[in-house]
Amino acid sequence: MSKDHKATTSRRGFLKSAVAAGGATLAAGAARGAEGDPAILELQEWNQVLGDGVDARPYGTPSQYEAHVKRRSVEWLTADPISSVNFTPLHELDGIITPNGVCFERHHGGIAEIDPAQHRLMINGLVEQELVFTMQDLMRYPRDNRVYFLECAANSGMEWRGAQLNGCQFTHGMIHNVMYTGIPLRYILETAGLKTNAKWILPEGADASGMTRSIPIEKALDDCMVAFKMNGEALRPEQGYPLRLVVPGWEGNMWIKWLRRIEVGDEPWHHREETSKYTDLLENGQARRFTWEMDAKSVITNPSPQAPILHGPGRTTITGVAWSGRGSIPRVDVTIDGGKNWHAARMSGPSFDKSMHRFYYEFDWDGSPLLLQSRAHDSTGYVQPTKNQLREWRGLNSIYHNNGIQTWYVNEQGIAENVEVS
Amino acid sequence: MSKSLSSLLIPAVGGAALVLGVSYGLATRSYRADVAELAEKQAAAAEQRAAAEAEKVAALTMQVEELNTSTTDLTTQIEELKSSVVPAGLGDPLPEGETFSLGRAATSDEVAAWNIDIRYDGQGLPVGSGDALTGEELYTDNCAMCHGDFGEAIDRWPVLAGGEGTLDGEDPVKTIGSYWPYLSTVFDYVHRAMPFGNAQSLSDDDVYAIVAYLLYLNYIVEDDFVLSNENFTEVRLPNEDNFYMDDRADGELAAFSEDACMENCKETVEITARAAVIDVTPDDAAARERLEAAAAAATDGAPEADAAAEVEEASAEAPADEAPAEEAAEEMAAEADDAMAADPELIAAGENAFKKCKACHQVGEGAKNRTGPMLNDLFGRVAGSIDGFKYSSPFAKLHDEGFTWTEETVAEFLAKPKDYIKGTKMSFAGFKDAEDIDAIVAYLRTFDE
Repeated sequence: MSKDHKATTSRRGFLKSAVAAGGATLAAGAARGAEGDPAILELQEWNQVLGDGVDARPYGTPSQYEAHVKRRSVEWLTADPISSVNFTPLHELDGIITPNGVCFERHHGGIAEIDPAQHRLMINGLVEQELVFTMQDLMRYPRDNRVYFLECAANSGMEWRGAQLNGCQFTHGMIHNVMYTGIPLRYILETAGLKTNAKWILPEGADASGMTRSIPIEKALDDCMVAFKMNGEALRPEQGYPLRLVVPGWEGNMWIKWLRRIEVGDEPWHHREETSKYTDLLENGQARRFTWEMDAKSVITNPSPQAPILHGPGRTTITGVAWSGRGSIPRVDVTIDGGKNWHAARMSGPSFDKSMHRFYYEFDWDGSPLLLQSRAHDSTGYVQPTKNQLREWRGLNSIYHNNGIQTWYVNEQGIAENVEVS
Repeated sequence: MSKSLSSLLIPAVGGAALVLGVSYGLATRSYRADVAELAEKQAAAAEQRAAAEAEKVAALTMQVEELNTSTTDLTTQIEELKSSVVPAGLGDPLPEGETFSLGRAATSDEVAAWNIDIRYDGQGLPVGSGDALTGEELYTDNCAMCHGDFGEAIDRWPVLAGGEGTLDGEDPVKTIGSYWPYLSTVFDYVHRAMPFGNAQSLSDDDVYAIVAYLLYLNYIVEDDFVLSNENFTEVRLPNEDNFYMDDRADGELAAFSEDACMENCKETVEITARAAVIDVTPDDAAARERLEAAAAAATDGAPEADAAAEVEEASAEAPADEAPAEEAAEEMAAEADDAMAADPELIAAGENAFKKCKACHQVGEGAKNRTGPMLNDLFGRVAGSIDGFKYSSPFAKLHDEGFTWTEETVAEFLAKPKDYIKGTKMSFAGFKDAEDIDAIVAYLRTFDE
């Protein structure tokens, strides 16, 4: 600053130059290696310049630094991406609610893009009056809100013969847990008036696969819902917009998306998805059919192969999720030594019937290798079995309903791998 | 609460008054003067006491009444608090016993339009018939490109024939002949959801014929077989009896509901299988390298700040993703420029019409060969020139002749594929509407470099 200049500096000019000088000092200090975290010592861009205004993101999306949090598929699993599946990034989530944008997808004929004004729900078959509803008609029923998990019957299906996929997203990611807003199905069936010989329903989707499943009337009248919202907003197209069936605790294939028709009958239909698929082939060549309920299951999501321990030895938090198609999860046990000794995990609410539950186990890691497992207990007293226990009953060809205990091997560096143990 | 208070207190107070009254009566019956005087004094005292007691009784009664009132008030308050403080919960009861007169009656035509499902016992079968030989032709045109000429399947599409005797082996092959319990399921599914990408385009007789051919492929009928709604339920599939109702409740549930061991459950633990050895997980190299670098830094005993710095560095490198993403963005921008020259509405119409193609053909970023070859950079491409795609025989000849795809040749092909290239495996019958063809050409143009 020259002398002349200084003489003519106004008060405002003085303030400006002081700031500039201060900034220069700070930068110089950092360059000289001032002690401490540069994240603190250096002025960050976001701390100085203005960000986007309110309408820059009219429908918000996650931070750019969360771009890796996404559904992913395993290309070799299916012939084609249209009749295929992708997986929820469980290792990136916490709490019990799955965000709508990362709920796994399973389609048999691609995503139907339906104009809700053109969508109809038909009730036909063994009813007093065959009916047609528009979306607006349905909105006039009393609505309910419920949190339920939806798990594909084939979740962990690739693991029957041994540890195969390296990541809980791939081994356990065919599940999501959201709050549904919808109508109890019984209201709609009661409007149509069930005939006395009504024993089964056949919900049908409006997509190009015309998905159908037979469901016993007891379940239909108990807790099934016709839902139009998930986590407060309209169902996503890939989750059945504008209308889907909710079949709490039962395999995901039955939760018909793009629901357009419910036929009422006196016997099951034995359609493709309940005969050639979604039947459990046992060792003797015979197959179980109508294996609707999802057995209690859990998995440690962190650490896991896609989410290693990065902080080294010391205080460590293990977390994971557990669920049961028969009730709630009052207890999860965790082992760090491959099942020699188990510890009660800390359950974190809220706990709802047939919903995902969150658990934590905090401990001091000494840096030696770990064999991590979790074991769910459900409200009926059922205890999640080991994979070998399951194989004793089911053999290796069952594909569906694999709820065996998952093992992660964590090495000294904190890298995790999908393994099986004796 | 209020009831129980008064029933306890009032009898007790009333009882005391009765005892006092009796002692007063006895005292006034005395006749000796001194005794009488004494008695009078006693009586007066008793009267006073009685009066005092009566006052107390009155006071107590008042108190009881007050208590009753305040108990009622408290009960009301508790109820009010309950309803105001206890929040509504998930699963709170919904209205019951009401009838909702919503929706409208379905017409019989509406029900008929949608109610096309077939039940295991044949309920719902339409009138019609088809023979195995006709079925073979239809199958070759509509099904073979995915399911294979003999139901053996291409790639990972479903296998439809064979597999007998494999269900209890190491590699079960679940086909119509080896596994499916009911023939009705084949009819229902083909009729409602096939061919893949062009559902409900086959006539009832076509479906009977294809189902007849599938039976023939599975050695269940001879080649002169004619399937109809009349004889449909006479055909039984071999594996029908090998299905049974879910029986987990009869054994598994009890076996898996025993007390869980918590301490010293086993002496040794060995790793028996490893996913890293199998190595079939889709690789996310960027994420993996970032995590491994961070983990290595953490265990090198480096101070935490340094480790954090390394993580940051690593993550700055890692989005190897980012560069391609930028490139992709540039590409898209370039595409958008191209598209500006074209008609956006036409391109959108083309994208819509392309739905009929996308069961077999991919376009866009990462497009791969599927049942049909990928169609990026189609224009100017010599026919049959995509590496790694198994073209049908006429394409080899066209390739050798140097036949090139242009807007004109693509349009002519799309109008009548089977006439334009005799012997093509592409089963699509062609677009009738010239506007659709123009739109598809415009759409495919957007995938040119």
